[in-house]
Formats: sequence, structure tokens, C-alpha cells
Amino acid sequence: MEMKDRLKILRQPMPEQAPKVRARNFDEVPLGYTPDTAKIEASRCIQCKNRPCVEGCPVEVDIPAFIALVAEGKFIEAAKKIKETNALPAVCGRVCPQEAQCEARCVRGKKGEPVAIGRMERFVADNERAQGEVSIPEIPPKTGKRIAVVGSGPAGLTVAGDLVQLGHDVTIFEALHAPGGVLVYGIPEFRLPKAIVAAEVDYLKNMGVKIETSHVVGKLDTVDDLLNEGFDAVFIGTGAGLPTFMNIPGENLNGVYSANEYLTRSNLMKAYRFPEYDTPIVRGRNVAVVGGGNVAMDAARTAMRLGADNVYLIYRRSRAEMPARSEEIHHAEEEGIQFHLLTNPIRYIGNDKGWVVGVECLKMELGEPDDSGRRRPVPMKGSEFVIDIDTAVVAIGAGSNPLVQSTTPGLETNKWNYIIADEETGQTSREGVFAGGDIVTGAATVILAMGAGRKAARAIHTYVMSK
Amino acid sequence: MIAEILDKQQLSKGVFKMVLSGPKIAEKRKAGQFVVIRIHEQGERIPLTIADADPDKGTITIIFQMVGKTTRHLADLNVGDTILDLVGPLGKPTHVENFGTVACIGGGIGIAPLYPITQAMKAAGNHVISIIGARSKEVIILEDEMKAVSDEMVITTDDGSYGFKGFVSQALEEKYLLPGKKIDLAVAIGPVPMMRSVSEVTKKYNVHTVVSLNSIMVDATGMCGACRVSVGGKTQFVCVDGPEFDGHQVDFKGLMDRLCIYLGDEKQSIDHYCSCTRQVTG
Ligand SMILES: Cc1cc2nc3c(=O)[nH]c(=O)nc-3n(C[C@H](O)[C@H](O)[C@H](O)COP(=O)(O)OP(=O)(O)OC[C@H]3O[C@@H](n4cnc5c(N)ncnc54)[C@H](O)[C@@H]3O)c2cc1C
Ligand SMILES: Cc1cc2nc3c(=O)[nH]c(=O)nc-3n(C[C@H](O)[C@H](O)[C@H](O)COP(=O)(O)OP(=O)(O)OC[C@H]3O[C@@H](n4cnc5c(N)ncnc54)[C@H](O)[C@@H]3O)c2cc1C
Ligand code: SF4
Ligand code: SF4
Ligand code: FES
Repeated sequence: MEMKDRLKILRQPMPEQAPKVRARNFDEVPLGYTPDTAKIEASRCIQCKNRPCVEGCPVEVDIPAFIALVAEGKFIEAAKKIKETNALPAVCGRVCPQEAQCEARCVRGKKGEPVAIGRMERFVADNERAQGEVSIPEIPPKTGKRIAVVGSGPAGLTVAGDLVQLGHDVTIFEALHAPGGVLVYGIPEFRLPKAIVAAEVDYLKNMGVKIETSHVVGKLDTVDDLLNEGFDAVFIGTGAGLPTFMNIPGENLNGVYSANEYLTRSNLMKAYRFPEYDTPIVRGRNVAVVGGGNVAMDAARTAMRLGADNVYLIYRRSRAEMPARSEEIHHAEEEGIQFHLLTNPIRYIGNDKGWVVGVECLKMELGEPDDSGRRRPVPMKGSEFVIDIDTAVVAIGAGSNPLVQSTTPGLETNKWNYIIADEETGQTSREGVFAGGDIVTGAATVILAMGAGRKAARAIHTYVMSK
Repeated sequence: MIAEILDKQQLSKGVFKMVLSGPKIAEKRKAGQFVVIRIHEQGERIPLTIADADPDKGTITIIFQMVGKTTRHLADLNVGDTILDLVGPLGKPTHVENFGTVACIGGGIGIAPLYPITQAMKAAGNHVISIIGARSKEVIILEDEMKAVSDEMVITTDDGSYGFKGFVSQALEEKYLLPGKKIDLAVAIGPVPMMRSVSEVTKKYNVHTVVSLNSIMVDATGMCGACRVSVGGKTQFVCVDGPEFDGHQVDFKGLMDRLCIYLGDEKQSIDHYCSCTRQVTG
């Protein structure tokens, strides 16, 4: 195809469920590319020699190479190409903030829209699974080394996958009853179908990774117990799973949830299918969600799907500062979530039975830039107002769960209690103990957790082989 | 971890004792800790105290009261059946040392979690006074077991059908505190109103009181905040900061309100379970 013809093609839209329909069901929102649209989209890539898009990807997926294969209709080969550096393309294609990573650097985005790298990544991974073409790689002879992985989020899964393929014996210990970390307990079905996570976990199991669920390290045993029981190295990938509250009056009222609880009930425990599933959830009619990240969007859109009449998203900065993926903000708006921007809650109001009935808020205006470089929101005097609600979800960030750190002597942490680990190797202050993902960086992204897992796997391999 | 039911006994109306396989938990658990179970794929996660454990046999004992869907389903299971997920030991162990004289006060099903603590207090050399109570004689549980680990024991029933007529808090005050008996520590476990009234009484006499809270939980690892309760004006997570707290500091009203969040849903759940099981059994 001639260059000028390539440049004429517009970014291919991905069909989606209509907003009114999808806002009341838990099925996945985007329906994915067809082979034809994938090929058309692929032909928009001009195969830049200097590959700027690759620099935008934390795991350096060979983007132009996989796109070239898509353009030729070699979808299975394209999947293999991505998997050389990214073990979970079906997940990343769906949840990466592409507009801030690979697609942000795409030259085609300078004039017009960037190549839809994420959508194609998602397509080739789904296609590979649908064709039953996911083959188990040949595992080299056993090294006899045993590695324990604590936590089964994207970081832990990546470490396990990489190390088992090098011939090591890998066991994942997971506190919850299902593996996947935030991918199963946090991110909702309508954004990341759980069958995809389950397929990835099965793939690891088929390669020989052992997974022990319902095993809380720090309670049932400690990192030192694992080392003493004969594991040659331990990787800690326990995530940033500690809910944060704002410490304002009324936060313990009935109907006020942390985002972790709200999403865990709905996703992991499948409360949206109550009473078929046993775990209940409050199905509020008027729901306030506080925050502006992916977690807040997920909670707001879940509330809508649980039958709310009004869902208010309360965020203290402006839309431009929202950390959520832009696609999710857009989806939330389309689904009728009402945004109260530059607004901050100051207290929840309860009735005599201890249930929340309102949230009092203050209007904010943007002042001088703060440490994060974003303009600091400052309250406007006398701007108090009350929104009537029966449910609230606090989604203002997450902290580090102290279970492992507090039971592992000599493991150094920073002032927020995140584990200190070398960026290139994941090495902690304890010999044989590595860490990566949100427990090191604080709440970040799936792909960064996977990138940290990959680097740690390499370092763990070197470490155990030299022992 | 899957657990097998190795033994099942009915202790009183609606109260059952089960022995479950759980070798590693049996080895590690300490008095005051609990497990979370999920019976099957559609099940919810519920916390139950480890009432006893046998590290040699690799078993733990739970004692539970049928109050809603999950405990009823559990009661319907039999020896040989399995529980899909068993997690533990969770929560902080009881702080056990030789305090001097310890009053162990249990109400209803609360006697089950009280038993391992009483046992540990006795083993640490304390003079143990047990006061256990229930609505009436038939629903008193673990009488013999408690007696075996106590130096003195009082039984109370609300209706006077056995022992002291009245509440455990009244027995504590009338028999011990009012006459001036020195008690160094009180441990009270039972329904929230019972723990509250014991705490009110002991506060008058300045007796430090530990209560074990039974808030609603989901993950029980400190991840969700479902179990939070206000203690001394500070929010605490019962699953990781507790379950035991200073009874003089706990916001019992807040705890009670939070225990009612799902009342309507719980009724719907049990109705659903009954209609389903009826279908299965014809
Ligand atoms: C609601 C929500 C939406 C998000 N949306 C996006 C998105 O769209 N795009 C994106 O890139 N990122 C998103 N993120 C962030 C992303 O999910 C995380 O950065 C990523 O999952 C971190 O991976 P991890 O492996 O470090 O930890 P996690 O995924 O948190 O996994 C940690 C695992 O360790 C287990 N664990 C913890 N303690 C113990 C213990 N003591 N013993 C045993 N196991 C333990 C936990 O149960 C958990 O399963 C979102 C996060 C949330 C909460
Ligand atoms: C640390 C801890 C230890 C416990 N130990 C024991 C024990 O040894 N024996 C025992 O019989 N019970 C114990 N409980 C209480 C037990 O967990 C609940 O009775 C059980 O969850 C009820 O589930 P259900 O589905 O049968 O009833 P539901 O229909 O769910 O509820 C019935 C009643 O139980 C309360 N409840 C509901 N869910 C929970 C929950 N997850 N946690 C606590 N209360 C709840 C509600 O207030 C409701 O009024 C303990 C609770 C905690 C927190
Ligand atoms: S892994 Fe994420 S950042 Fe990298 S190419 Fe894929 S979608 Fe883009
Ligand atoms: S920057 Fe865009 S056009 Fe260039 S190779 Fe990457 S995807 Fe293709
Ligand atoms: S039950 Fe989730 S934090 Fe305690």
C-alpha cells in the first residue's frame, strides 16, 4: 500500500454495547475488532524505523513487528511476537493506559489519531485463544531450584511464568480463594472478563506452576518459614491492597464502602448475581463515588449496573487531571455518571439507624501547582452543599498491606511501608528475597507490575543458579 | 485450601461442633484466632473462631450457631463432605500472660471462642473465674470443657432454668465486683449487647476488659475495610487489628448498626437456599 493511502485511513472504531443497554448489564463493553478491521487498522502503521511507540511501552512490545503480521493476516504469529515480551496481551490490550504509553508516542497521533495498538493487541490475543492456538512452550529440564511467589497479581503471575519456563519449580501463595490479584477482585467483568484471567492462570498451571490459594503469608507461615522449608528464593508481589479513607465524619456509616470492599463484593464474590451467589451488596439508588482514577470509574459504573438511578462522581480536581484511562472516563460519561468536578466531600450525614443519607461537599478551585505538578485544589469558602445519597464508595487510593513486611525481619520499607527493592532486579534488603509491583511502587499499573516481575524473574534466575 | 469434615456433633438447639482437617492451621494457630470458610463456589466467606485444635491429628474444631444462610448450609453438611476454602489462622492472638485473676465471661455462642482463651489463661497460671450464660439451660454449651479449665465457675440463664437467674454482667457484678473481689482482667465474648453491658459494669470498677468483636468480614486480611469499627475514636479493622479490643473504648452502637447492613438480603438469601434445597430433595 502507498504511504499516502495508509495516511488516509482513519482509526478504526471498536464496536461497543450501546451505553443505555450496557449500563444495566455486566457483559464486556467493547466487542473487539473483527479480522478485517484489525487488518485495516494495521495498515495505518507506517512502520517507523526509530519505533517511538516501543519506547512508550514499559515492556517494549515489538509493536511495528506485530502490527506488520496483523496486516498480513498472520494473527497467530502476531500473538507469538507480542508474547515474546508481554505474557498477558489479552489483559494489557484491555487495561493499559495506552493514551499515556505506547499510543502516546505513535507518530500518527501527531496529525490525527494514533494507531490503535491496544485494540489490535487485544484482538490477536483473543483470536489466539478462540482458535485454541495457545500452545504450551517446551519446558527445559528441571533445575531443582524452588521459588515461592507471594501474591498472584500481574507481578506474581509474570514472575511465575518466566521462572517455570527456565526449568524452576514455582509455587504461588495467594491469600484469596482465587488467583489474579486486582485482575479478579478489583477490575470488573465488564472491563476485563474473568474467563480471560482464568485462561491465563490455567496456562501457567499447564506449564507446571503450582498455586496455593487461601494461603496468607505472614499468618499461616512467614517469608522466613518459606526459605527454611527449602525455597531458594521468594518473590513478594502482594500489591497495594489497603483501603484508604479520608478520615472525615460519618465514614463508618452503613452504606459507606471502601472501593476495595465494594468491588471485591461485586467482582470476586459475584454479589451482582445475588442471591444466586451468597454475598450481598447494597444496591443504592443514589450513589456517590469519591475519586477520579480507574478505581473510581469502576465503582461508579458498577453502581449504575447494580441499578442506581443517580451515580455522582465526586472529584476534587478537574477532568483534565483525572488519572483514569481516558476511555473509561468517556465510557462513564456515556453511561450517565454525573460528574461533580472540583468538589470535595467533608462529611457524611447519617440517620438514626446509622445509614448514610447525604454527603456534604465543598466546591474547590485550582491554585498553585503541588508536588505532583498538578494545580492544587483549594476549598472555596461558603460553598458547602449537600447531595442526597444512600450509598457512598470511597475510591481515593490504596496503601500497602503490612502483613508480610511486619513479619519479615530485616526487610526494609520506606515511610509509606512499601518494600524497598532495586528497580532493575527487585532485590530487597534480604538475601534471596525479591519484590515488585504495587508493593514496591505504590498503586500503579498492570503493565508496570508485569515489567517489574519480568526483571525480578531474570535476577532470581541468576541468583538461584549461582547458589 | 479444601477441608474435610471429620466429625460433627450437635451441642444444643441450632449449635454445632465440627472437626475439620487443616494440619498447617492446627500447628500455627493461637488462642483468639479465627478462620474464614467458603463452602462452595457460590458461597460467601464467613469468619469462625478456632475453638480448639489438635496439631498431632492435624485438625481444628469450629463451633457455630445457625443464624443465616451460610451457617445453615454448613449445618446441613455431614462427615465426609468438604468445604471448598478454609483460610487461617487469622486475626491477632489473645495477649496471654499471668495477670493474676482473670474473669472469662461468655454469652451464648460466644462461649465457643471464649473456651480456647480460657484454656490459655489457665495454662499461663491465672486464677480463672468463668461466668457463662445463655437464654435457658438447653442452650448452654461447653459447660464441662469450661469447668475443666476454670478455678471457679458461675452459670447464668435469663429465665432462671439453671444457675444464677439473670445476665452474666449481673452475676459478675453481684457475685464478684460488688463484694470487692479483685479482678485483674475481664474477657467478655458474646452477643454485642452482652459485651456492652459487661464493659459498662467493669468500667465502674475499673477492670480492664477485652472483648472479641464479630463484625461482618469479606477478605479478613485487611484489604477491604468491611469489618471496621471505631475504637477510642479511631477506625480499626477487626480482622487484622483485632478481633480483641478494649471494651471500654469500643463504639458498640456503631458495631451493632453495621451488623444490620444486610438484614433484608440475608432473609432473601435464606429463602433462596430453602427453596433450592427443597427442589433438590424433592
Ligand atoms: C479497581 C482497580 C482498577 C484498576 N484499573 C487499572 C487499569 O485499567 N489499568 C491498569 O494498568 N491498572 C489498573 N489498576 C492497577 C493495577 O491493577 C495494579 O497496579 C496491579 O494489579 C498491581 O499488580 P500486583 O501484582 O503488584 O498486585 P495485585 O494485583 O494487587 O495482586 C496482589 C495479590 O497478592 C495477594 N496478597 C496480598 N497479601 C498477601 C499475603 N500476605 N499472602 C498471600 N497473598 C497475598 C493479594 O490477595 C493479591 O491477589 C487498577 C486497580 C484497581 C484496584
Ligand atoms: C472473628 C469472628 C469470629 C466468629 N466466631 C464465631 C464462632 O466461633 N461461632 C459462630 O457461630 N459465629 C462466629 N462468628 C459470627 C459468624 O461469622 C456469623 O454468625 C456468620 O457469618 C453468619 O453467617 P450466615 O450466612 O449464617 O448468616 P447471615 O444471614 O449472613 O447473618 C445472620 C446474622 O449474622 C451477622 N453476620 C452476617 N455476616 C457476618 C459475618 N461475615 N461476620 C459476622 N457476623 C455476620 C449479621 O449481623 C446477621 O444478623 C464470628 C465472627 C467473627 C467476626
Ligand atoms: S503492553 Fe500496554 S503499553 Fe505495551 S504495547 Fe501493549 S497496550 Fe501498549
Ligand atoms: S509509532 Fe505508530 S506508526 Fe510508527 S511504528 Fe509505532 S505504531 Fe506504527
Ligand atoms: S474483612 Fe476486609 S479488612 Fe477486615
